[in-house]
Amino acid sequence: METKKNISRRSFLTSSALAGGGLMLSFSWLTEARAAGKTEALNLANQWTELTGYIRITPDNVIKIMVPNPEFGQNVMTSLPMMVAEELDADWKNVVVEMAPHDNLKFGSQFTGGSMSVRTYWKPLRNAGASARLMLCEAAAQAWGVPVSEITTKAGVLSHAGGKTATYGEMAAKAAAVPVPKNVKLKAPKDFTIVSRSKKNTEGIKVVTGKPLFGLDYRQEGMLIAMVQHPPAFGMKLKSFDASQALKMPGITGVFPIRLFDEGYERSAFDTRTFNELVVVVGRTTWEVMNARKKLKVQWEVTTDTKEKVKGWSGPAREEIVPGGLESTASQLTQMQERAKQAATVLRKDGDPEAAFKGAAHVIERTYNAPFLAHNTMEPMNFFAHVTPEKALLVGPLQAPSLITGTLAKVLNIPVEKVEIQMTRMGGGFGRRAYGHYLVEAALISKKVNAPVKLMYTREDDMTYGIYRPMYTATYRAAFDADKNLIGFHVKGGGIPEHPIAANRFPAGAVDNYLAEGWEIPSNITIGAFRAPRSNFNAAAEQSFLDELAEYMGKDPISFRLDLLKRAKANPVGKNNEYDADRYAGVLELVRDKSGWGSPAQAGKHRGVAAYFCHNSYAAHVVDMVVRNGEPYVEQVTSAIDCGIVVNPDAAQNMVQGAVVDGIGNALYGALTHKDGAAEQTNFHNYRMIRHNEAPKTIDVHFVQNEIDPTGLGEPPFPPVFGAVANALYKSTGKRHYNQPFRPEGVKI
Amino acid sequence: MATFQLKINGKVRKVEVDPSTPVLWVLRDHLNLQGTKYGCGMAQCGACTIHVDGMAMRSCSYPVSAVGKQAITTIEGLSANGEHPVQQAWLEHDVAQCGYCQAGQIMSAAALLKGNPAPSDEDIDAAMSGNICRCGTYLRIKDAIKSAAKK
Ligand code: FES
Ligand code: FES
Repeated sequence: METKKNISRRSFLTSSALAGGGLMLSFSWLTEARAAGKTEALNLANQWTELTGYIRITPDNVIKIMVPNPEFGQNVMTSLPMMVAEELDADWKNVVVEMAPHDNLKFGSQFTGGSMSVRTYWKPLRNAGASARLMLCEAAAQAWGVPVSEITTKAGVLSHAGGKTATYGEMAAKAAAVPVPKNVKLKAPKDFTIVSRSKKNTEGIKVVTGKPLFGLDYRQEGMLIAMVQHPPAFGMKLKSFDASQALKMPGITGVFPIRLFDEGYERSAFDTRTFNELVVVVGRTTWEVMNARKKLKVQWEVTTDTKEKVKGWSGPAREEIVPGGLESTASQLTQMQERAKQAATVLRKDGDPEAAFKGAAHVIERTYNAPFLAHNTMEPMNFFAHVTPEKALLVGPLQAPSLITGTLAKVLNIPVEKVEIQMTRMGGGFGRRAYGHYLVEAALISKKVNAPVKLMYTREDDMTYGIYRPMYTATYRAAFDADKNLIGFHVKGGGIPEHPIAANRFPAGAVDNYLAEGWEIPSNITIGAFRAPRSNFNAAAEQSFLDELAEYMGKDPISFRLDLLKRAKANPVGKNNEYDADRYAGVLELVRDKSGWGSPAQAGKHRGVAAYFCHNSYAAHVVDMVVRNGEPYVEQVTSAIDCGIVVNPDAAQNMVQGAVVDGIGNALYGALTHKDGAAEQTNFHNYRMIRHNEAPKTIDVHFVQNEIDPTGLGEPPFPPVFGAVANALYKSTGKRHYNQPFRPEGVKI
Repeated sequence: MATFQLKINGKVRKVEVDPSTPVLWVLRDHLNLQGTKYGCGMAQCGACTIHVDGMAMRSCSYPVSAVGKQAITTIEGLSANGEHPVQQAWLEHDVAQCGYCQAGQIMSAAALLKGNPAPSDEDIDAAMSGNICRCGTYLRIKDAIKSAAKK
């Protein structure tokens, strides 16, 4: 690595002072820095020349790329810089990366969620790279007195046919004076040399050496530890408490209540109202605070219905009634069954479904149920806060900084400009960290104790004070004529407190007479995003229903779906069909071919297939299940994904494999149930998570090769896993499974 | 409160804590060794795995008073700069997604390979099933352990 020799002592200290470094080169510097015992952080920020908000270059030709979105395992700290480096024609070896500060003007929405990071930043980041490249070319052209069109770039070096060359680093200062060009031309995918070539995780070395990357690892001098005691059940609130015993415990500096939102507060779309009043215990160390919290004597009382003002994304606030009282899973199920019999909101109607069902020769009707799911990110919720009269500094793991800034300003009664949020790496998110109530709590605590504070949830807090995947149900009906042609399709779905139905998705568009309806039951249990909420239920229910229909019709399940898609393509029913029938069929065909679908099944192996479209991408899986010690075991999975251009193929494969494992785990075991408002699962001893020995032996991932701009990948592979598992389970057991989780604790085949 | 002299990553470190304090919190809160992670606090997830005299141990459920003269190794002490074969294999296979569980996974894997340099799939299953990875990186973990075994 000859570049390393050229790097001055000063520049390696610069880079070691960066929060982000991580590629091979920066790894070497960091190694050197540690060996030399140099830990002091020198502020050499003025060595960096900034070209567009995202790029900084040193005279030594080290290129730093700012990453707008926080990392939670989706690989943005690697794949987003790859997009910049591609258009910049940077030498990937010389790139270091850094999490950008929260600054929407400079870095866009900075929202991690909805499988949108790559999709949202695909153009802006490539534009930034291409613009900076042009500025460097312009600077070289001026310096050498040649036309800019004659300058070429490769791996961080500018060249002219006349023999002149310069590194980007040498030209950076001059380039910074060149006006930022408008309408730059971006590369065609065939010219990519970095994008679509697998690159190692830029933070891999920090992860495997245990560097303090995560929110829970963040510390500041004089920082106190805080924990909150929330009500033991949904539908309960604080009545009174006695802090005397807790205050006597060693290391405890304060016990007090906090109130998140005042009466009449208008909640935004991501402000949650799980528990508004909490008892806080603050002290020196985690263990002391944990122990003192056990000594709290708190009286709780059951809530009554409350009126809430919900502002949502825009428009005037609407009023929402949050029911009081204690809910239980058993009574919720009964409530859902009753509600399902009543009229619901029509979400889409094509043809004359009533007549189709009336005149049908045969009708198949099935009902599917699924419980609440807890996110269970490995790093529990936590946040650092230091609120002073000058500013509110908040540091930690969250997916959506921009959604909570306004809330913090309102709650703290300070201008938005005084709220500074810094994002750390997250130990998982899955939607949970889009809800920043724990920042509000941390900020209020810091303000009260007038000190830097780390709020941390224990696993029990995290699991029982959740923003869960809703509880869902759906009844699917299919009408057939005498020749077993599918003539009508009806889905009526509901949820607590949101229904799951995506009315314009497949098989909408493929059936003449179609009806989708939804209903909802309010609840005081809080819900939110969860790796494709709705979709992960729909794909389980609908895809196993389609399996049953294919069986009745005597058709192969893949051919049956392909026939429907052919229809949807040739002569689509209705408008607003969300999916592209060709791409949908494409993943089914790919998974069919790659899995050897249709060849005689191996003894003892049972196959299930499912496909789904969500977050603009298409995914299909074939799972091979065996029965092992009386338990279903998914031994092998073949996956086909169409998410357009794949930016970092090896990391994308990792993510799909993870989604498959996650899907199997949640389909078989995932459940959060309640008794009298209290979560019945509190930690990993009774919330079953998929473990090493339960993961498949192989998961073969195949991406459809095309040149379509990238779409989502974090979520899309997840939902169809549920359906494929359900269908394989039927083949394994001869029984259809309609209720998730499919394998509750202790049930054997 | 009591004073403990702990052998951690080859150095003797003195701490003054309540004897019931789990080693996890001694490391994180008192010694500024944040590599060892908290996940469950009840020996269910493996995020807090350390070595005690070379054996994998869940530090969240291991009180500091039980350590005595035994040598503790944390992820920070597994190697100076990540050159332990297990860490190298983890990089080679690009195992991590969010990465939060990985220090614990690596410590469990390193302890496994120390006692069993050529583990079978079943051996790996048995040694690694106490470590949860919420991101689902189990396949790469297994592959990385097999690579490390060959190093
Ligand atoms: S934190 Fe120790 S096993 Fe989970
Ligand atoms: S990599 Fe995220 S929990 Fe294992």
